[in-house]
Amino acid sequence: MASDALLFYAFAAAAVIGALLVVTQRNPVYSVLALIASFFGLSGLYVLLEAPFVAVIQIIIYAGAIMVLFLFVVMLLNVPREDAAEWDRSHPLYRPGAVRAVAVLAILMALQLGWALSRTPGMSTGVAEDRAAASSVADLGVKLFSGAGANGPGYMFAFEVTSILIIIAMVGAVVIARKRED
Amino acid sequence: MPIGHYLVLSGLLFCIGAAGVFLRRNLITMLLSVEIMLNAVNLTFVAFGRQLGSVDGQIITFFVMTVAAAEAAVGLALVIALFRSRESLNPEAFTSLKW
Amino acid sequence: MSGIIAFLTAPEFIAYATLVGVVFMALQISAAVMVYAERKVSAFMQQRNGPNRVGPRGLLQPIADIVKLFFKEELRPKAADAFLFSLAPIISVTTAFLAFAPVPFGAPTTFFGLLDEPMALMIADVNVAVLVIFAVASMGVYGIVLAGWASNSKYSLLGGLRSSAQMISYELAYGMSLATVVMMADTMSLREIVGQQSGYWLGVIPKWYIFPQFLGFFVFACAGIAETNRAPFDFPEAEQELVAGYHTEYSSMRFAMFFMAEYINMVTVSAVAVNLFLGGWHGPFIPPGYGWIWFLIKLAFLLFCYLWLRWTLPRFRYDQLMSFGWKVLLPLATVNLLLTAAGILYVNGL
Repeated sequence: MASDALLFYAFAAAAVIGALLVVTQRNPVYSVLALIASFFGLSGLYVLLEAPFVAVIQIIIYAGAIMVLFLFVVMLLNVPREDAAEWDRSHPLYRPGAVRAVAVLAILMALQLGWALSRTPGMSTGVAEDRAAASSVADLGVKLFSGAGANGPGYMFAFEVTSILIIIAMVGAVVIARKRED
Repeated sequence: MPIGHYLVLSGLLFCIGAAGVFLRRNLITMLLSVEIMLNAVNLTFVAFGRQLGSVDGQIITFFVMTVAAAEAAVGLALVIALFRSRESLNPEAFTSLKW
Repeated sequence: MSGIIAFLTAPEFIAYATLVGVVFMALQISAAVMVYAERKVSAFMQQRNGPNRVGPRGLLQPIADIVKLFFKEELRPKAADAFLFSLAPIISVTTAFLAFAPVPFGAPTTFFGLLDEPMALMIADVNVAVLVIFAVASMGVYGIVLAGWASNSKYSLLGGLRSSAQMISYELAYGMSLATVVMMADTMSLREIVGQQSGYWLGVIPKWYIFPQFLGFFVFACAGIAETNRAPFDFPEAEQELVAGYHTEYSSMRFAMFFMAEYINMVTVSAVAVNLFLGGWHGPFIPPGYGWIWFLIKLAFLLFCYLWLRWTLPRFRYDQLMSFGWKVLLPLATVNLLLTAAGILYVNGL
């Protein structure tokens, strides 16, 4: 149990620090890399939650495909560093008005979160204590490709819709990013 | 680990992502911040799924990832198109419709 | 304290540590051997002698190369991004070593009775091993892309861009060819996939997946060669166009790390192909306890094919590479996936 807690905090720290670096780095290449580090932290958390398939998919799809796409675009546009305007050399996070607004927002969110957590029962029971893990890849597949039935909603229809979404996104990306010949 | 820990962590990540979207002025970093927010939500889904002993949480995660992939593809295509027209990634550069 | 000592001196721990050490060293040595083999094979194919000065028949050439690389000056362009420039080769070589971890290379053994329980000859027995290898392989592209970007040189950047585009394109076909085998074997653990390939059909044909999955093997081989950036898919470093592509600016040990990563990746892809399609350590004539000999034979054959292809086929044009990946390989993999699914349904019944 102690080692579990240690791992949780290590992975959580990786995820949070990575996310913080994404937001604070000026250079988009470093932001992308920090986000990959963050994804590895999250992937470790998924392993702790006994969802190894999600953990690996997280690496393959997010870190391996989506982030490569981001890196590709960053490199293609070759706009490292400055995202501040010409007249503004301060750190991109330092904007008085925005900082104030976001600070208020953050306090509100933290308050709501604390309130919600304090009023929800069962918050301190362990995640993995009373129920067996349902994490085998076969279980996932059966559930994903079954229609609505006795054991809850099936996801087949949603899955098919997703494939249409992907096609639309693909066509859209090609059409939008294509060079206009006029 | 208690489920509360996972929820707090997820909330923290979501806040970081939201702050990134609001504060940064670089379209690519803003898209990255959106990814952080999506991942924060994924974490809650998997944690709750584990607590309830069902695979539904993990399945929702796949859908979120698919949407994230679609969003990244279209978003980055938009970024490329915008960069072509203005040579900048600062959202404040794209104000030709604003008076 | 005594608990730790008991743990460290337990036969299981020692055996495991030895296994890890042996695999680590073997991968490094395989890179050196591959360099020598590549030069000798290319020389043979071009009717030259190849390296023949250092040691008998040039056998010590790899060692001379290593010594040279060790003592060369470490150069870094002034405009390069210092941190990423050093990080990139590390990522490359780490992912190369990591990808071999879930690959089994022999039947479970007790090391001649030293252990009570037989131990599987693999570093990490993961139940989603196929996906883990896929994931680690998809991480390897970062080394190349970052090297290309951090060098701050046009040729390097072009190499990095090509690499990322090529990787994304061929990963799809790669994943689909993996999926067909996973469907046939009904498991994602490489150990179990290999286990299902023992025995014979009709008493003569070994139950290797290459026979029902010939298309899958073809797709896997093409995509695997593209993933490891070898000719005829070696665009990230195409020397006639890009000087040396992503590692133009690298020298000394950093260059050696890229070089080593390339050869270790070849070994890993071949090892995965052996496990998925060629029956792993199973084979006739050799008792199962020495299955690793069969594994090495098959591995050596696939590695030779790698070299053979490189010195036989010319490089594609870049647009040919893309259209081959998207218009030939991906549809082929999809059709193969559908056919396999239909076949499995037909055999097992709806």
